[in-house]
Amino acid sequence: MTASRLQLPVVDKEQRLIEIRREAEDRGRIDSRGIRPAGAPFPRASVETGYYGIPLLKRPSWTWEIPLYFFVGGAAGASAVIGAIASYTGADRRLVRHARWIAAAGSVLSPALLISDLGRPSRFLNMLRVFKAQSPMSVGVWTLLGFSGGSVAAAFAGSMRERYGESLPIRILENAGEAASLLFGLPFSNYTGVLIGATAIPAWNENAGELPIHFGMSGLAASVGLLELMGHRRSRALQMLGLGAAVFECWEGWRLESRKSSAPEPLQHGSSGGIIRAGGILSGPLPLALRSASMLSGGNSTALRKWAAISAIAGSLLTRIGWIHAGHVSAQDWREPLRIRE
Amino acid sequence: MAVTAFLTDSTLCIGCKACEVACKEWNGVSEDGLDWSGFSYDNTGAVGHSTWRHVKFVENAPEPGFGGNAAELNSWSFSSDVCKHCENAGCLEACPTGAIVRTEFGGVFVQPDICNGCGYCVVACPFGVVERNPDDGRAFKCTFCYDRQKVGLKPACAKACPTESIKFGEIETLRADARARVEELQQRGMDDANLYDPTETSVGGTHAMFIVRGDARAYNLPPKPEVPTIYLKKAWTASAIGAAVLLGGTLAAFLAERPRSRR
Repeated sequence: MTASRLQLPVVDKEQRLIEIRREAEDRGRIDSRGIRPAGAPFPRASVETGYYGIPLLKRPSWTWEIPLYFFVGGAAGASAVIGAIASYTGADRRLVRHARWIAAAGSVLSPALLISDLGRPSRFLNMLRVFKAQSPMSVGVWTLLGFSGGSVAAAFAGSMRERYGESLPIRILENAGEAASLLFGLPFSNYTGVLIGATAIPAWNENAGELPIHFGMSGLAASVGLLELMGHRRSRALQMLGLGAAVFECWEGWRLESRKSSAPEPLQHGSSGGIIRAGGILSGPLPLALRSASMLSGGNSTALRKWAAISAIAGSLLTRIGWIHAGHVSAQDWREPLRIRE
Repeated sequence: MAVTAFLTDSTLCIGCKACEVACKEWNGVSEDGLDWSGFSYDNTGAVGHSTWRHVKFVENAPEPGFGGNAAELNSWSFSSDVCKHCENAGCLEACPTGAIVRTEFGGVFVQPDICNGCGYCVVACPFGVVERNPDDGRAFKCTFCYDRQKVGLKPACAKACPTESIKFGEIETLRADARARVEELQQRGMDDANLYDPTETSVGGTHAMFIVRGDARAYNLPPKPEVPTIYLKKAWTASAIGAAVLLGGTLAAFLAERPRSRR
């Protein structure tokens, strides 16, 4: 083969090379050769685009277990509080027993979810090497430990007492477990808000002052809902707690929706905004309306309360999924950490 | 033991990626793709679990006269990015296992035999450096060549750098050197040369400083990095309020029910 038979592209002028480059930059395509570089047209690195718009922050590496853990932990923590207070005020023993069972079930499920999300699950016990007050994850793990121990002890001792009758060791175990589950249940119901609030993710840390209360109320609504589904649909105390949580969630939803922001806000827009909004409606206005209706219709409409319960539980779960998802979206936003405004 | 730091001078960098290669070879970091990202000659985009040094390629407007490039071509800036080894390190504060520690050289080191891969450091880093390796499960980042520094050697990247764009040394000496270098560059006509050293923010300074030209944001260097522990007070206060409301509300609800049930 001689050199003259090679099909070499001919470029007469330097100007043509510059044209090809410009064309590639502007359109991401060069017609004469049909080459299309992946991702074109490419942004420039600049003050306006940052480093080619590549996100500065890393996305959370957490998987589906974490929003579920947030939901389970919130409901379990609030259930322990309801169970203990109901017991102390001498309320219906069945309600106390069911609340304890929800707390105990959450106590078993929570560590399982947490461990399965670890990159090295076999090293879960490394969490217990140290206690670090400045790490919400460390504080949370120790709280979970105390909560789990207390809740499982209270539920176990309670069922032992019912089956085999009163005895001193059982009563001590039951009372100590109940006290521990109350003491640790209070922070356990809402610490997950601190956990994601104290991070570098803008959508989370901008709401660090509200997230714990929001998550705590969401957990309370889920706990009330679960108890109502277990048959406690005539409890006035649960109705009041459900109403209170729904009123708070209405306010929280209004706060999120009315926020003014120049940047595309993952809490309002896109898929994460949609999930949070759906969660908010199911947690706030809908159960509020259903509960109000059940009270107006003689106060004894258990069917309406059942639907309020289902709505609140679904809303609580969606709220956690939405907030975690918003963190992923927020981490991908390169403008916010670079303080670039459109 | 001297407290040390990196000073990465983008005006000396030639974009050869010797630092990336040296880092990978010394530390046994896995290969992470040889495909171009499409953003100049960058192939990984950012530092991560398998990229502890990362050369950024910033294409600027043509600058005839300086690098001697033609008016039609872009001028280039290269800058080798690395873990900043913050004075107040978000990852270190967040780590629940105590796997992340401060070394005697001032660096932030993830002990691989302790890390259990909880992933909390990942969301606590204001520079997006530390990352969980999905295959291994643990979090990884630059070790500041703790093993080499222990025996008095320079970190691998600084040793391999052919132009001394990556300088390594005692932190205050380097800081003084950096200021002198910026002044020198400005006198030579590079008015936009500046030092990136966020001492004024809550991270309280870093053990990795950068000399760049123009706005540091074009190099993905955040103007105001904040250590997430600054949000703790607000968040725990909210948690306490939430707990108090939960306790008070539950007590009120059940106490209000009591008289009726006795009737």
